[in-house]
Amino acid sequence: MSFQQQIRNIFVGGIAIAVTAFMFSGCSSNKSKIGNDNAAEQVYVPPGKHDTFYSFLSGGWTGNISVYGLPSGRHLYTIPVFSQDPTDGYGYTEETKALFNTSHGFIPWGDTHHPEFSKTNGIDDGRWLFVNDNNTPRIARVNLKTFRTDEILELPNTAGNHASPFTSSNTEYLTAITRFSIPMSKPLGNGRDVPIASYKKNFKSTASFVKVNPHNGEMKLDFQIMVPPFDYDLGRFGLGPSKDWVFFTDYNSEEAHTMLEINASQKDKDFVLAINWKKVAEIAHEGKGQIVNATYDHNLVDPKTDVAKTEVLHKVRVLKPSDLKGLMFFMPAPKSPHGINVTPSGEFIAEGGKLSTVIPVQSFAKMETAIQKNDTTGSISGIPILNYKDVTAHEVKNVGLGPLHNDFDGKGYAYATAFISSEIVKWNIKTGKVVDRHATYYSPGHLSIPGGDSRKPWGHYLLALNKITKDRYLPTGPEMFAGEQLFDISGNKLKLLLDFPVEGEPHYAQEIPASIIDTGQVKYFKLEDNHNPYVTRKEKDAKVVRNGHRVDIYMTAIRSHFMPDNIEGIKMGDTVYIHVTNIEQEWDIPHGFALMGMRNAGMLIMPGETRSVKWEPRQVGVFPFYCTDFCSALHQEMQGYIRVSPANSNVKIVYGTNKDLK
Amino acid sequence: MTKKHRILITIASVMLLAVFVFPLWQIRLQAPQYPEGLGLNIWINNVQSLHPHNIQTINDLNHYIGMKAITPNVIPELKIMPYLIILLFVMGITTSLIGKRSLLMGWLMLFVGMAGAGLVDFYKWEYNYGHNLNPNAAIKVPGMSYQPPLLGTKQLLNIRATSIPYIGALAIGLALVIGGYVFYKEKYNSPKYRVVS
Repeated sequence: MSFQQQIRNIFVGGIAIAVTAFMFSGCSSNKSKIGNDNAAEQVYVPPGKHDTFYSFLSGGWTGNISVYGLPSGRHLYTIPVFSQDPTDGYGYTEETKALFNTSHGFIPWGDTHHPEFSKTNGIDDGRWLFVNDNNTPRIARVNLKTFRTDEILELPNTAGNHASPFTSSNTEYLTAITRFSIPMSKPLGNGRDVPIASYKKNFKSTASFVKVNPHNGEMKLDFQIMVPPFDYDLGRFGLGPSKDWVFFTDYNSEEAHTMLEINASQKDKDFVLAINWKKVAEIAHEGKGQIVNATYDHNLVDPKTDVAKTEVLHKVRVLKPSDLKGLMFFMPAPKSPHGINVTPSGEFIAEGGKLSTVIPVQSFAKMETAIQKNDTTGSISGIPILNYKDVTAHEVKNVGLGPLHNDFDGKGYAYATAFISSEIVKWNIKTGKVVDRHATYYSPGHLSIPGGDSRKPWGHYLLALNKITKDRYLPTGPEMFAGEQLFDISGNKLKLLLDFPVEGEPHYAQEIPASIIDTGQVKYFKLEDNHNPYVTRKEKDAKVVRNGHRVDIYMTAIRSHFMPDNIEGIKMGDTVYIHVTNIEQEWDIPHGFALMGMRNAGMLIMPGETRSVKWEPRQVGVFPFYCTDFCSALHQEMQGYIRVSPANSNVKIVYGTNKDLK
Repeated sequence: MTKKHRILITIASVMLLAVFVFPLWQIRLQAPQYPEGLGLNIWINNVQSLHPHNIQTINDLNHYIGMKAITPNVIPELKIMPYLIILLFVMGITTSLIGKRSLLMGWLMLFVGMAGAGLVDFYKWEYNYGHNLNPNAAIKVPGMSYQPPLLGTKQLLNIRATSIPYIGALAIGLALVIGGYVFYKEKYNSPKYRVVS
């Protein structure tokens, strides 16, 4: 090797080393974006093994709840709640469509925001999951034994049901408070048809308290409280010492009705509204307040027949702040606060300052002292305003930009999302000092720690619900699933473990140890307990009945045939109800029902249940139907025909399986 | 018969009643899509699902290969067998009360005969169940029959069938062993062979 070659080799080698060093330094600075070295081990759930937590995420504008497993991030199921599901017939079948009734008529979609477990002694008990519709004020109850929506209650005298449906320590009440103030009918307001510019004079808000039956979870609107026409944003019941109180944030104490981004962002302080719900409930039950007319729908699945029914309600009890002296207070909070969270000990209340650079932390003990001293700085609509300094324990500084929500690990720390600076910030509840922070991708809205909003956080994980996805996954056109990020918070430092995309745009999530929910799951419905009025329990009971222009087809489905599978005698102008009972009694053997030309929906029928779909034929002919859920090796053979004849034909009703119709 | 032997025969007779408390036989079925398992408990007077609704599921699956549905209330043996067990019990108690060796021999012979007949009948039922197939069945595998094993494990298409005697049958077996032991002892320890003290 010549001297020149040696020099050249050294030179090239040097460049190679420099490039390698650059690459490594590039990697290490990029490390937090990629994840931790052993992250894969921590989120890997081997084939056939289960996740340790269920995570229930609202879908936002999907109107549903999506269920994921943690730590794997696997999508387990989607629970249809406020949105019709034409694939399984939810909201289309005769059994489920009543769930969608409102005073406005049938509403096929919703905007879910805040899933909330039922609680016992301030701890999530996994019996029911409640969730709000922000758009048409409603609260739904999901049964966590079946992962089905069993009840939807509409709320009158309100709009923008955002601060909803948070639960009190023993699920005595759910809350709902108006985000979008509206004019109200007399006697609450001056009528509903008023100029928008008369907002300050005519627009009103209410805080609703929905009572939950402790045995079966059924909801009842117990009373409402009139509150000033601000935009109430989020709420939380107290815990432990503060459990008799409920706290709501508001923005727009400016009472703007147009260009709110400017006009509702003028004041330096907005408010936290604190209400002693326990005492208010006692007063309401003594008969205080006024019973007013209001029309709203209560939709409930009858547990015996499994058929949803609507009850139209006409009355609600409404109380005014003047009825409730000493039970309602405003606490000032920096500029347009968003989230509000009560620490697991129940001692502190923390907001997301949103347009402020601090997180204010109020002390419940200080609030009680200020109330005792009657140390107020004025009042709004008869609700006294406490002094900011008197009630504030500390302001957490250096929390990043756009703090929105807090959650708690049960070990003395809070974690806040900062939307604008796109990070999670960990702070000490007692001292108010920031101790750690971690970038998120991108712009987290809510965050959720298992049990973080209860007296007993299970901790370990933190889920950041990011609002902006951009380049985190393979692109899917202009719209993409929202991106969630899972962190390990078991140590001092936040460790990023996993990114995973989720349906819709979750606005909050609830996690619970899998063992609390998985053991009680319903695997199929017992046929002997099926009391649907159109059930067909045995094949020999299958029949087709004409009553004038109405035809009821009582059909059974079992691997791999329908009974009957040949039907004649349907005529143009008939209204046909097809009632299919899946007579299997086995786990995970649903049957589907699809009929050519069916404008309504397909159906999935779980073992032991009956589902009915309405059909008004528009064409003469023979229409095939078949099973849509691959049930068995002979699933393709699970099919049949229905003949539709002209209105004036004399074809009689005949039906059967495995024989020629005569 | 010695006092000890009469007590033993009483115990053996009472043990027969275990068949009214525990199943005789258990057939367990495993298949890839049934991780939770399927099974049947065969009682002296009934055939029951091991897990809820297993009989219906097994009948659902078996109709594809043309096997007859299991309908416990049309199986005649299940109606007769309880009376035979009660007969054996009453005879056993009578034997122990009277204490005559001839009675013991009669009881034991009947017992052996009935146990043998029971097993043969069970085998025949299984044979018929596995071989007597509907000629119009959807799935026909040439040369294949589906007789479950009397004892042990057998692979039948996708299903692995395991058949084992359960507590009821084990109690009968033990009662038979006790009976045999007493009979043996009585025969060889009889006064013919020893001096009466």
